[in-house]
Amino acid sequence: MSDFLKVLVDIMSQPAILVALIALIGLIAQRKKLSDTLKGTTKTFVGFLVISAGAGILSAALAPFGEMFKAAFHVTGVVPNNEAIVAIALTDYGTNTALIMFFGMMVNILIARFTKFKYIFLTGHHTLYMACMLAVIMTVAGFTSVPLIMAGAVALGIIMSLSPAIVQPFMRILTGNDNVALGHFSAVGYAVSGLVGKAVAGKNPKSTEKINFPKGLGFLRDSTVSIALTMMVIYVVVALFAGPSYVEANLSSGTNYIVFAMIQAGTFAAGVFIILSGVRLVLAEIVPAFKGISERLVPNAKPALDVPIIYPYAPNAVLIGFFSSFVGGIFSMVIMTFTGGVIILPGVVPHFFTGAAAGVFGNATGGVRGAVLGAFVNGILISFLPVFLMPVLGNLGFANSTFSDTDFGVSGIFFGVLANHGGTIAIVVSLIVILAVMFGLSVKRKKNKALEEEV
Amino acid sequence: MRILAVCGSGLGTSFMVEMNINQVLTELGVTDVEVSHSDLSSATPDSADVFFLAKDIAEGGESLGEVIVLDSIIDMDELRAKVTAVVRDKGLI
Repeated sequence: MSDFLKVLVDIMSQPAILVALIALIGLIAQRKKLSDTLKGTTKTFVGFLVISAGAGILSAALAPFGEMFKAAFHVTGVVPNNEAIVAIALTDYGTNTALIMFFGMMVNILIARFTKFKYIFLTGHHTLYMACMLAVIMTVAGFTSVPLIMAGAVALGIIMSLSPAIVQPFMRILTGNDNVALGHFSAVGYAVSGLVGKAVAGKNPKSTEKINFPKGLGFLRDSTVSIALTMMVIYVVVALFAGPSYVEANLSSGTNYIVFAMIQAGTFAAGVFIILSGVRLVLAEIVPAFKGISERLVPNAKPALDVPIIYPYAPNAVLIGFFSSFVGGIFSMVIMTFTGGVIILPGVVPHFFTGAAAGVFGNATGGVRGAVLGAFVNGILISFLPVFLMPVLGNLGFANSTFSDTDFGVSGIFFGVLANHGGTIAIVVSLIVILAVMFGLSVKRKKNKALEEEV
Repeated sequence: MRILAVCGSGLGTSFMVEMNINQVLTELGVTDVEVSHSDLSSATPDSADVFFLAKDIAEGGESLGEVIVLDSIIDMDELRAKVTAVVRDKGLI
């Protein structure tokens, strides 16, 4: 009997098998054909192993970078990149991540069903990354086994429902309707950018779209290209500062230090490329199942979708936002060199995707000035939030990468600080209070509706 | 026939377009079409017969072959019209 139990535990503690089982449940629930079920389950299983493989490649490229940075500047340099940190974290937190993701999606559907927060968060890769971060934070906070999964899942469900809610007022201004929401865990940065836009609008703000702008930066959309190019610049600059003697003696076993830096930078991009392929395979079955189940259970659900859906509304603001956010990142990096401690290097990918969106929202509320200043503030946010997030991530805080988007920072710091002051109890109480407030708001609205109908 | 939805990172937006295309095909009763999604770097001309791209990355996908550009990624009516035109063009309905 105990042998059988051991096999069962071994199965459940292999995250690749676990996500495959989750996909299997989803496929069976949708009554798919046997061949499709087999295909989907296998792909999910392999996908998870692809992520692990990518993590190995990426870690190997990040390690020498950290060494070079320390040798050059005597402080730690960190490149925020969700894919990198998640892939590294999944080696230790994979099982908990998979379970938190699965039950967190359920909580998201329940909240949408029973409160006025009708958002179904469909950006699967962000759900996975947030589940991963919560698995780490809840572990560091002191949770274990079932309570860990429960706390993580409730927290994830709440974040999946609140993140779109924060941006929705600005989505309404932008799209002119209330049908579609934004599902991207940078909502705090976008809302702040929208508010900044409002504050600096003045009279008759001029829209960014009235500017004639050269095109030709579209290639930055291609994440492999932009990661590879920027990492090459960053790696080569750091290698130059570290000096040929140090690099060739300690890291590259004699290979020319510039060549070594270029290859490591390219390897970093290759690692991200592989991880993303794995993420795509893992999500391929889980997201449609989640969407199908939510459509059946939640009347008038609002889908919360990935951030590029808003780019076509203001293509110029996308470019202006990216530049302003990146400048905000460089500005923050300079400040950090004076204050000591870790240095957060501006990554092109987070600044591009979140800066662009911050620019679009800033433009919607405050024209060109709103786009520039709103995205600049977003750039500062995604530089400084990771600094405060790293201490609550336990051992993961010592990696040379971390989570990049604002909502990871805000929710991570929130739960991390609670845990530091009141342990697991404080987190449980906070989750109950947040849920109660969300329900309370919904009940009140129902009463108001009833009153209106009586009048 | 194979259709590929493409976006910058190949994660969220193209996935949503893929699911929506599948929904339209189901509505039309078209069965033998394989729909998938990918990022711009991985998409090659031989990976599908027809490519669906959002307007903002259209210039990056010009070399793919038969490209359908979506003005609004979230507009189901536009997608329905364009998918219907494609399957009619291929003689599937």
